[in-house]
Amino acid sequence: MTKLISRDSGLEQVRIPIHSDIDIVSARHAGRSLAEQVGFSSSELTLIATAISELARNIIEYAKFGEVTLEIVNNGSVNGVRITASDTGPGISNIEMAVRGGYSTSGGLGLGLAGVRHIMDNFDLQSAPGSGTCVTVTKWKL
Amino acid sequence: MAVPILKQSNYLIATIQAALTDQDFVQLRDALVEKVGRFRSRGVIVDVTALDVLDSFASRTLRDLAYMIRLRGAHTVIVGIQPDVAFAMVQLGITLADVSTALDLEEGLAFLDSVDSEQARA
Repeated sequence: MTKLISRDSGLEQVRIPIHSDIDIVSARHAGRSLAEQVGFSSSELTLIATAISELARNIIEYAKFGEVTLEIVNNGSVNGVRITASDTGPGISNIEMAVRGGYSTSGGLGLGLAGVRHIMDNFDLQSAPGSGTCVTVTKWKL
Repeated sequence: MAVPILKQSNYLIATIQAALTDQDFVQLRDALVEKVGRFRSRGVIVDVTALDVLDSFASRTLRDLAYMIRLRGAHTVIVGIQPDVAFAMVQLGITLADVSTALDLEEGLAFLDSVDSEQARA
C-alpha cells in the first residue's frame, strides 16, 4: 500500500494496487479509515466500504489487476471521499447496460455498478472495449 | 483466515471473527457443506456479527451455502447482521433472498430448535 500526501491540496491520497481478493479487504479498510477522517457517520462508512468492495472486485473479476485510489476531496465548502477504480482490462462494451441493475457477465449479482451509483453522490465511468475501465465516485460529507 | 466451526449437539456454529476474503468465504461454504454430512448435523448457524461489510460476493456465497446445506438436508440461519450492514445491503440492492436470519446466536439456536421440532411432528 502506498500512501501519498498530494502537495497541491494538502489532502490525503491512498493508492492500493488490486491483484487478489486480499487487496479488496485492504482497499475497503483503507477507505473506511480515510472516510473516518472526513467525519462520515458509521452507516455512511459502511456504505463507502461496501462500494469500494464492489469496485475492487470488478477489477479482479474482469481485468485481473488494477488500482484503487482513495482521496479526501474538497469542493470549496464540503469535504468528501473520492474513489477511483482503474484497470487496463477488456473494458465495457455496453456502459448503459453495465450501470443498469441486473446486468453482469461474470456471474455476480449484477448489482455492483448500479448499486454503487445509487449510494454515491457523483458517478463517472470511462471505458471502451480493449482500453480498460475507470470508475470514479465521490461521496460528500453534507 | 479460517473460520472456526464448533459442533454443538445437532448443530454446527461458524463464528466469523474478522473480515474474510472471497477465498475464505468459499472455504467456509465448502467446509460447512462437508461437515454437515460428517457430523450428521440438522442445522448450521453462521454468525456474521464481526463483519463490517456484506457485499454482493459475500451475500451470494452465504445464499449458496444455505441452499447447498438445504440440499444436504439441514437448515442454515445467518445471525448477527449489524444495523449499518443491513442499511448498506438495502441501499445497494444486495439480498439474501429466502435465507433464514436471526438477531443473534441465541435467536438462531431457538429458530433451529423450532424447525427441528416442526419436522419431528410432521
